[in-house]
Amino acid sequence: METTKQFRLDIRNWLIANCPESQRQPIIKDQQIWAGRRRTFYCGDAKLWFERMRDQGWTAPSWPTQYGGGGMSLEQAKILNQEMKALGCRPALYDIGLWMFGPTLLEYGTEEQKQEHIPKIVRGEIRWAQGYSEPSAGSDLASIKTRAEDKGNHFIVNGTKMWTTQGDKSDWIFSLVRTDHQAPKQQGISFLLIDMATEGVVARPMELINGDHEFCQTFFDDVKVPKSNLVGNINEGWSVAKALLKYERNMMSIMSSIVEKEEGDIVAIAKRYIGLDSSGKLANNGLRAQLSEHLMRAQGDALSALRLYQQHKSGVVDRGLGLTMKYLSTSEQQHKDELLLAIMGNRGLSWHDQTFSISEKKTVKNWAYNKAHTIAGGTSEIQLNIIANKALQLPV
Amino acid sequence: MSMVLNEEQRLLQDTIDDFLSTNAPIDQLRRLRDTHDYKGYSIILWNQLTELGIPSILMPEEFGGFGFGFEGLGAVMQSMGRNLTASPLFSTVVLGASAIRLGGTASQQQTLLPNIAVGQLTLALAIDETHHHQPINTAVRLKEQNGQLSISGEKVFVLDGHSADKLVVVVRSSGNAGDTKGLSLVLVDSNAAGLQINRIQYMDGRNAANIIFNNVRVKRDQLIGELGSAHTILQQVLDRGVVAMSAEMLGGCQEVFDRTLQYLREREQFGVKIGTFQALQHRAAQMFCQLERSKSAVLSALSSLDKNSPDISLQASLAKTLINDCYQHVSNEAIQMHGGAGITDELDIGLFLKRARVSLQILGDSDYHKNRYAQLMGY
Repeated sequence: METTKQFRLDIRNWLIANCPESQRQPIIKDQQIWAGRRRTFYCGDAKLWFERMRDQGWTAPSWPTQYGGGGMSLEQAKILNQEMKALGCRPALYDIGLWMFGPTLLEYGTEEQKQEHIPKIVRGEIRWAQGYSEPSAGSDLASIKTRAEDKGNHFIVNGTKMWTTQGDKSDWIFSLVRTDHQAPKQQGISFLLIDMATEGVVARPMELINGDHEFCQTFFDDVKVPKSNLVGNINEGWSVAKALLKYERNMMSIMSSIVEKEEGDIVAIAKRYIGLDSSGKLANNGLRAQLSEHLMRAQGDALSALRLYQQHKSGVVDRGLGLTMKYLSTSEQQHKDELLLAIMGNRGLSWHDQTFSISEKKTVKNWAYNKAHTIAGGTSEIQLNIIANKALQLPV
Repeated sequence: MSMVLNEEQRLLQDTIDDFLSTNAPIDQLRRLRDTHDYKGYSIILWNQLTELGIPSILMPEEFGGFGFGFEGLGAVMQSMGRNLTASPLFSTVVLGASAIRLGGTASQQQTLLPNIAVGQLTLALAIDETHHHQPINTAVRLKEQNGQLSISGEKVFVLDGHSADKLVVVVRSSGNAGDTKGLSLVLVDSNAAGLQINRIQYMDGRNAANIIFNNVRVKRDQLIGELGSAHTILQQVLDRGVVAMSAEMLGGCQEVFDRTLQYLREREQFGVKIGTFQALQHRAAQMFCQLERSKSAVLSALSSLDKNSPDISLQASLAKTLINDCYQHVSNEAIQMHGGAGITDELDIGLFLKRARVSLQILGDSDYHKNRYAQLMGY
């Protein structure tokens, strides 16, 4: 108990001493520090903050120190996270490698692969993209057609991947490729790491309903990939892919909470746009009730996250609880977005027009973008299938 | 203290689950309902529960209690919810005894609490005055004339008010309906002169009472806490009640959900188990999600009571709203998914539906708590 207290205090003091004031403001999407060869910092403070965190290994606090991580226990990493939240410190680094691929590689990679890739992820030198979905393989992921042909000491890869997040800004892509065409769907798939600088790789951005170009379609045209880039055994990539999806669900929950910070406090927004009546109540009863409903559901989900953490700590983990989190948090985010628009009325209908403030436009773009939350990382319908079969043991 | 039970608490939960499923199965509630049993609970069962020490579950160990706290009480309430157990535990221990513990004088505590612990004294909280819970609107007066205090007016839907030995009555000694100032708590014997108690039977087989106070004389030592400043104590008592009732509802909701899942796994139509239909699977999965979310809120509120958290009122309203809505939804779906069988009285599903509706109203429906939550949050 005492050591935990001291640990927390040490962390807090370090953060206070090392996190510049400008990096303790709510994060704005344009100011996020994404990893990669083309990494940029919008200001000196951001660079300083990133470098200090990186040098502690606290960009990946719970990863082993031998790969550059912070070497913390899960409990210690949680304390760091709590203290950062309490002080309003921005995340020092954003990267799919950090959230999804790294944990998977630590679990499944060879020693050589870990030594090659993990330190670069911790240091934010390489930005990772995900190569899972294809034009004809969405929820039915195992129907992928991108193929890797065995050419002795290397593979030749041909095919197309969809929804590669920031594919045009990424350095490496972890991909699912078909290595056996005869085997049943899931058994002929391998997990392959591809350097996107290799000849034959092209990432083309697509415009989304929020006007952004975050996602790419990535084309592989006779791309040569060394065999040492295979993670797990050949034709056994599906189990690696599934392990990674587990981290992706966690990431989706993280992403929902990041967006929340951008808009600020929904209660304050409601007061500003609706006003209070003489008794101090929001001047619109219906929206007032909807606001309570949203806040309560969101609070319930936050408490579920805490309960899950307490279960992990006690060693008695209730599998079903974890399975509910992605479905609940992503749909609640959408409820919140709809409520924000309702609160803003006609001021929630912005696009380019100068009549609207930057934050109004941002709220609307988020509303549109967050429609992806219940689709990416396993659609809500797939989540419900999983819950029905795995947690509720309903017959298939 | 956490939302995960420790070894000792798990043992308590297993013990009480075993005990209630053996000694207070749902058939017992049916018997009480069908025979219009006056008390509305089995006195034998209450004696057995007393022998197990359940009435003193909230008392600290130094007063001879278990020291299980609210997390322990939550386990018991959940089990009662699962088994639809009727007992005076909620009215007497959670509401009545809490008022005495929190607001009573040393002498009141010494005379009353030991009797509650041995099952010799039952209490009821007489609070509501209309068919909607709105404690702040209390208007029934505690009048003072020539130094003599008396109560006149009517309290309605007093849970277990027909069978309790004493009533803890919420009255107004000054101010007007809507004021937090001027509320008082008074302990009144149920056989006091001027009391007229009319029993009410609810749809779930449980009982309440409408109670008319016709110039009921009150002595100073019947006051719990200071005259006119009971609001803080009352708030604490109600928060405890709200959270404990939420725990009972959680248990009931889980039970009716589990029974429905079992039915989906077994029932065949069109040559297959109906649980294979995606339309039903998704609805079941959505119920599960809602139930887990509500459970987190209820368990957290119980744990917050033990920690004496400053935000307990917020947590109580959160827990009650989420479990109210969840139990209502799940009990409706349970009927629908059981098909024709679901609307027969022979199946127990309907009993859960009715208990859900009654408990929904106890100490505030969702609208009441949403409004309270909004007020506490400052909007």
